[in-house]
Amino acid sequence: MNTYEPIIGLEIHVELKTKSKMFCGCPASHFGKKPNTQTCPVCLGLPGALPVSNKKAIEWTIMLGLALEGNIAEISKFDRKHYFYPDLPKGYQISQYDQPLCRGGTIGDIRIHRVHLEEDTGKLIHTNNTTLVDFNRSGVPLVEIVTEPDIHSTEQAREFLKKLHQTVRYLGISDADMEKGSMRLEPNISVRKTGEKGLPSYKVEVKNINSFRFVEKAIHFEIERQMTLLNNGEKPKQETRGWSEGKGITISQRSKEEAADYRYFPEPDIPPMRFSRHQISDVRRQIPELPDAKRQRFIKTYSLSEYDANLLTETRALADFFEECVKIGKVPAKKLANWIINKKPDMENVLPAALVKSILEAGNVISISDDVIKQILSDNPKAVEDYKKGKQQALMFLVGAVMRQMKGKGSAEEIKKMLLSKLQ
Amino acid sequence: MLADFSIIELAKKMRSKEISPMDVITEIYETIGKIDKKINAFITLVDKEQALRIAQKRAKTREAARSPLFGLPYVMKDAYVTAGVRTTAASKVLDDFVPPYSATVHRKLEDAGAILIGKMNMDAWGHGASTENTDYGVTKNPWDITRSAGGSGGGPAAAIASRLAIFAIGEDTGGSIRNPAAWCGITGLKVTYGRVSRYGAIAYASSLDSVGPTAKTAEDCAHVLEVIGGKDPYDATSSPQPVVRYSGELQGSIRGKKIAFPKEFFKEGLDGEIRKAIVEARRVFESLGAVVEDVSLPMLEYGVPVYYILAPSETSSNLARYDGIRYGNERELFTQETKRRIMTGTYALSSGYYDAYYKKAQKARSIFIEKYTDILQHFDAILAPVTPGMPPKFGELLDDPVKNMMADLYTVTVNIVGLPSLALACGFGSSGLPIGMQLIGRMFSESTLLALGHNYQKTTPWHKKHPGVLA
Ligand SMILES: [Zn+2]
Repeated sequence: MNTYEPIIGLEIHVELKTKSKMFCGCPASHFGKKPNTQTCPVCLGLPGALPVSNKKAIEWTIMLGLALEGNIAEISKFDRKHYFYPDLPKGYQISQYDQPLCRGGTIGDIRIHRVHLEEDTGKLIHTNNTTLVDFNRSGVPLVEIVTEPDIHSTEQAREFLKKLHQTVRYLGISDADMEKGSMRLEPNISVRKTGEKGLPSYKVEVKNINSFRFVEKAIHFEIERQMTLLNNGEKPKQETRGWSEGKGITISQRSKEEAADYRYFPEPDIPPMRFSRHQISDVRRQIPELPDAKRQRFIKTYSLSEYDANLLTETRALADFFEECVKIGKVPAKKLANWIINKKPDMENVLPAALVKSILEAGNVISISDDVIKQILSDNPKAVEDYKKGKQQALMFLVGAVMRQMKGKGSAEEIKKMLLSKLQ
Repeated sequence: MLADFSIIELAKKMRSKEISPMDVITEIYETIGKIDKKINAFITLVDKEQALRIAQKRAKTREAARSPLFGLPYVMKDAYVTAGVRTTAASKVLDDFVPPYSATVHRKLEDAGAILIGKMNMDAWGHGASTENTDYGVTKNPWDITRSAGGSGGGPAAAIASRLAIFAIGEDTGGSIRNPAAWCGITGLKVTYGRVSRYGAIAYASSLDSVGPTAKTAEDCAHVLEVIGGKDPYDATSSPQPVVRYSGELQGSIRGKKIAFPKEFFKEGLDGEIRKAIVEARRVFESLGAVVEDVSLPMLEYGVPVYYILAPSETSSNLARYDGIRYGNERELFTQETKRRIMTGTYALSSGYYDAYYKKAQKARSIFIEKYTDILQHFDAILAPVTPGMPPKFGELLDDPVKNMMADLYTVTVNIVGLPSLALACGFGSSGLPIGMQLIGRMFSESTLLALGHNYQKTTPWHKKHPGVLA
């Protein structure tokens, strides 16, 4: 049996949450809106209508490019990409072909090939015997991020996507909500014999993936499928496949021979774009502190553990909440970090000042860390065993052990609750 | 007849209450009733009662009128969307399309108080030079109804020549305003690319399309351009270049203006009577103090091939939206000529052919820009014929696609470069058919061209003659 190495590249589409659409004044936010209530001649592609670019969307795409350490084009342009589909009102999509806004960049070890801006399509709604088109989504700004084929495992793919998702959210340019379709993933996968250099002569693109979990499953499935074919002496076909979550498999949709010729040509309705260094550095200044930098700073400034800093910087909102609490100055940062991590306060409804106040009111009551609970449980297997057999005293014994470990601090009630949640 | 008066004369009469907007509408509808059945200039005629109602509304507010176009009836090539008024682009594909919005040019004219009375015949989607490629019957030349009125905007030009409207809005992609202006003996202005918003103009070839006035005289065109010109937030290719008072600059002397006479435009292939008439026009300009010099503008012969790559490529893209799903009518309804252009363009844009055709044509475009810029650095305008021949009999162009393309020889390079050009009558042939010439200028030099045209028309009678159909 041969051993194989997967070669994976990712194509990610992210809808920008600008106020208006890419080329018209209609609202860009379309999720859950009544069909065809956010349309105009431009995004319906009516005869005579013309696109006018959304400056914010261009700025945000450049910002993302910069955040990924890519090179921003001095001259860029839009192109028309032609294909027939009922959700594409003009018969072409305004996209970017050979002069994307950004080339290059990296996330960790994975190189970014390009970042470009385009417009989203409408949506088909299939009912029993008809198919309807909703154009609310038509013309929403859509950023496409394409990686180099640098990914070799599902874990690497997951790490990359998590990081990209986090970066996009930090920049505040998209909700990047997979379920709502504002972030969409298309992996392309091939495998080669371990030790071989160069890319395989085929690749399989997988579409219809709407969660991080499914992308892992789909990649995993494809790797297995392709290895089986190769072991049987067959070469996998270059094709587009769709992920079927119900069946847990990918299904062939379109082979290479049927691939469309998009007849790209420069969009004559939109003049080419030129960016001065000054404009680009202006955008650069708008980039907020990104997760890596923030994490390092938290570790240094607040003497947090890497683990805690990681948790606190998971979202910008959480990190900001933490820092606002710190700024109030009455509770040490480390104590705040523990409190926030363990109690997960409802940031939507609890103001930082209120949180600080409640910490102070709790007085000596300090938060019980998960680590202590875990440690006590693993140190006392007999007590755990006894509790599981029904001995209630064993639980009280464990509570006592935790309290001793915490030098008498923490409420017995709280400790009991946490122990129970671990013992279930 | 009232329709013989200039825009400014009509505006004066209205201001002094000598006439009312209803008088003009009434006369125009009478003429239409008599003449249009002979020439078929209209695709859609606005209901007379509705036009009168609007005229009455205008009459009540005429004191507030700022524009000389106030209360005047106008027509548009059927390539502009007009809210509530059927818009077909002369194709059955849009046979029953009533747009929910209006082109910027239409909106601006309505704001100025002008009254739309009709949507005019044309070659479907702008594909043609004779208004024969239409699904609504050919438009006949008012000077000889056995001949073409030109195209693609034959309808608006024939209507102006026959006094069926005071002014018209045409659309010029490769000569569609100038060609019918020449063949119908009127005045048409192809504006600089970006001078007038294209929003709501049904795209033929987006990088070549331009929106301009068609009227009896250069002076009338100036008044219309003042209203329709300018930057439009809905058209990213419209220019922020300020709109000057073109009508105010008409009277200036043209003494010392330099006009180029490019020999390549007068080689064999050009009709002898047309050459003679333009040589005569050259003398008129000289007598008015202009300096006319012979120049060479090479590459002219490449204009048609370059145009017939760029325009079909863009049209194959622009017509992709008429996919039979949303406008009700199937793509089979495209005419042969339109299908030919879609096929040619699709081919030129295909991967593997793009570099050899579209990209090469774009390179040639840059060279055309250089060549024209070279000449226009030294000259205020270029004097040239509009068409190689006199208005053809029906079928002559339609049956011969190559001849059809060559009809565009003198006009297309102007669109490729994006320059303005004024076409106006400069005489009549022995058969009584009008002859036109064009004055091509620098980018945004419409005021110079209009002044040249106006000075010429002050000393020549051609623009005042009535066509046979009115007799
Ligand atoms: Zn819209």
